[in-house]
Amino acid sequence: MTRTKLAEGVYLTYLPARKFKTSLLSAQFVMPLRQETASAYALLPSLLRRGTVTYPDMGKLSARLDRLYGASIDPTVRKKGEQQCVGFVASLIDDSFAPGRERLLEPVAELLGELICDPVTLHGRFLPTYFESEKTNLLDAIRSQLNDKREWADRRLLSEMCASEPYGIPRLGDEAGADRLYMRKVYTQYRQLLSTGQLEMIYSGSAERRRVEQALLAAFSALPRETVRPAEGGSLHPRRQEVLQVTDAMDVTQGKLGMGFSCESEDTAALLLGNTLFGGSSNSKLFLNVREKLSLCYYASTLYHRQKGIITLSSGIEFENYQRAYDEILSQLAAVQRGEWEDWELEGARSTLPNAYASMGDSQGKLENFCLGQAAMGQSETPEELAEQVRSVTPQRIVEAMGTVRLDTVYFLKGKEATE
Amino acid sequence: MRPDFYERIGESVHRETLPNGLQICVVPKPGFAQKYAFFATRYGGMDTRFCLDGAWLDTPAGIAHYLEHKMFDTKEGNALQELAKNGAEPNAFTANAMTGYYFDSTEHFEENLAILLSFVSVPYFTDESVAKEQGIIGQEIRMIEDNPDWQLYMRMMRALYQTNTARVAIAGTVESISHITADTLYQCHRAFYTPSNMILTVVGDVDPIHVADLARRILPRQGGPVIPRDYGEEPEAVFEQTTRMSMPVASPQFLMGFKCRPSLDGEEYLRDTILGDMACDILLGDSSPLYLRLYDEGLINSSFGGAFEQLPGAAYLYAGGDSRDARAVADAICTEAERLGREGIDEDFYQQVRRSAFGENLRGLNSFENIAVALTEGYFHGYDPFRFPQVFDTITKEDVAQFLRQSIVAERSALSEIVP
Repeated sequence: MTRTKLAEGVYLTYLPARKFKTSLLSAQFVMPLRQETASAYALLPSLLRRGTVTYPDMGKLSARLDRLYGASIDPTVRKKGEQQCVGFVASLIDDSFAPGRERLLEPVAELLGELICDPVTLHGRFLPTYFESEKTNLLDAIRSQLNDKREWADRRLLSEMCASEPYGIPRLGDEAGADRLYMRKVYTQYRQLLSTGQLEMIYSGSAERRRVEQALLAAFSALPRETVRPAEGGSLHPRRQEVLQVTDAMDVTQGKLGMGFSCESEDTAALLLGNTLFGGSSNSKLFLNVREKLSLCYYASTLYHRQKGIITLSSGIEFENYQRAYDEILSQLAAVQRGEWEDWELEGARSTLPNAYASMGDSQGKLENFCLGQAAMGQSETPEELAEQVRSVTPQRIVEAMGTVRLDTVYFLKGKEATE
Repeated sequence: MRPDFYERIGESVHRETLPNGLQICVVPKPGFAQKYAFFATRYGGMDTRFCLDGAWLDTPAGIAHYLEHKMFDTKEGNALQELAKNGAEPNAFTANAMTGYYFDSTEHFEENLAILLSFVSVPYFTDESVAKEQGIIGQEIRMIEDNPDWQLYMRMMRALYQTNTARVAIAGTVESISHITADTLYQCHRAFYTPSNMILTVVGDVDPIHVADLARRILPRQGGPVIPRDYGEEPEAVFEQTTRMSMPVASPQFLMGFKCRPSLDGEEYLRDTILGDMACDILLGDSSPLYLRLYDEGLINSSFGGAFEQLPGAAYLYAGGDSRDARAVADAICTEAERLGREGIDEDFYQQVRRSAFGENLRGLNSFENIAVALTEGYFHGYDPFRFPQVFDTITKEDVAQFLRQSIVAERSALSEIVP
């Protein structure tokens, strides 16, 4: 796993592998997540995906991709720490499986470069019909985040907990921001992105490094580079003095309980392990007690946000079980903080994480996502190094790190009747 | 074990049938750290009525899924924790016509496989442990009842089918699962968890001989009788053509299904499935004229898509997504199918979609889970999924046009809608 500079502000992470049927090629701009720009950047990948100078509509683009044996070039918008990453992920079958042994990397890279650098334009702007239709689609996508109640509740918790931090901004920006988008401004932002945005390329597949570099340099030769602003790391969540309580009501049959915790320790390996013990696996205290012992839920799990120093919990419960679940979750956290666990619990947590890191190299998608995250946050550990760090954590370090964990925000989604 | 080699896709499979009737498939994957085991029974949410020891039994909806949850209980405790101790990530799912238990791990693979084979073949329930699960599964049911995708799908199936048990929700309802007892669970286990009704698939860099030896040592020596099942006598006609409900969603969503003729087991089953998928791509896939037109008209967005599915005694093509005018999309699909059936399919377009479909099938082989599930379904229906390139060769565009004429007609359809 190596990351090298290809050009001004352009980096290539090269991951050689012969074991896959496919190659993966990703091109991602990494920009600071900001309220003012989030919606415009979120719009760009789908807008650019509508057509290039050579393939000016979706029909011609799809036909081209179909002929490259069903290669895909998917628009992506992701949040990594306090960075917003926008671009495309391409997947193509490995040359050795193309029935005619055609070279597929070069034409796919070329198309990728064209999508980013050479969109179809009219009088130096995007096509108005494409702009309006993708703006509508973005608004629909933002609104339809309401449909999945679990994700909705998780997002509501984060946006309340980190209301005054970039981390609280949703991946796609918000409805008001998307509504205000107009074409001239978006086009200017697009040109700025091209000239000043940090560009991360990631390749996984069987091609030699030189071949990948040449294909990418040729494909992106039209990229107008100026002084590139490198991505900045995010900041840790400032601790709240009083716990914030937020409740929403909706016409749902299951309640969603979300809890956010701040962590003041900088021992991330110990927090990773402590979180796994607390609620991060099917072996965790929350799974064994809130679910298996008390039958209060189907899921109650936690996530440690390494780059932000917070832990968030997500759970689905009966409305009237709110207090029981809340109390039990806090009492399980207290148990972890006191170092109360069996040897096998720690052993399990210690092997769950390295197993996940070890198998990451078996999935091109997971690897790409991991490498992008590392590049966006300015970190460079490999999955193997992270696994090693976790293995060496002592119980004492877990107790110390988890001892800094405090409840910060509580979110509850309840049913409509319950409010009346 | 003799390996079969598949040159066109670069895979091989070691197959063996044990004297007790258990089918074993091992797919070697040199170079991958992950090892994946999938142990499945031909028994799922649809199998509510069956004949055991000469008597027909009617069991509560959701019992196969309930049994899946309870199988993790062992006399010593819980298999989930046993596996998690070794860093394995175990899980299970219940589908309409199968239940599968699996884990992946990078270390202690054989030890983990022994645990998997043992807990799935040895039931251990008490009235108390069965009662306790009501709360957990009750919350799982509440969670999916709040999910609009699930509601759309269930309501479409209930509209398409009059008697076939594909209408039955896999997890049942909070009411139906309240009738499940330890005795019925034992009966279902005895009927369906016999080696001759099961298949073990291992994907990864393992020794096939060791896998077979473990299975021989741990599983019962005897297979079981063939269990007759009753899926209901399904008439040709759909139950109702439209169904609509209101839920807290951002915008209207729809799912439209066409009732097709189910296939016989054998290679025909695979051929029909590939044919149905091809027909779906040609009619309404990303590069089809219909998709491009509806997208341009703003009637669909990138959430739109479809597929072809087969279940025992049921086959259907479906398509759906967000739309402000589901009826207009439904009409357009029928009109386009009629046009293609009448005018035939453009040769260039057909070849283009065929190439793409081949690439898509090949890409699926990157996923160990996909491979295991495909081999399992193939075994249950008497075909070899790795022969897909050869089967592709037998399908012509006239076959696709014929399928569209026969199956994609308004009177065989049902439209399921959810509105805010």
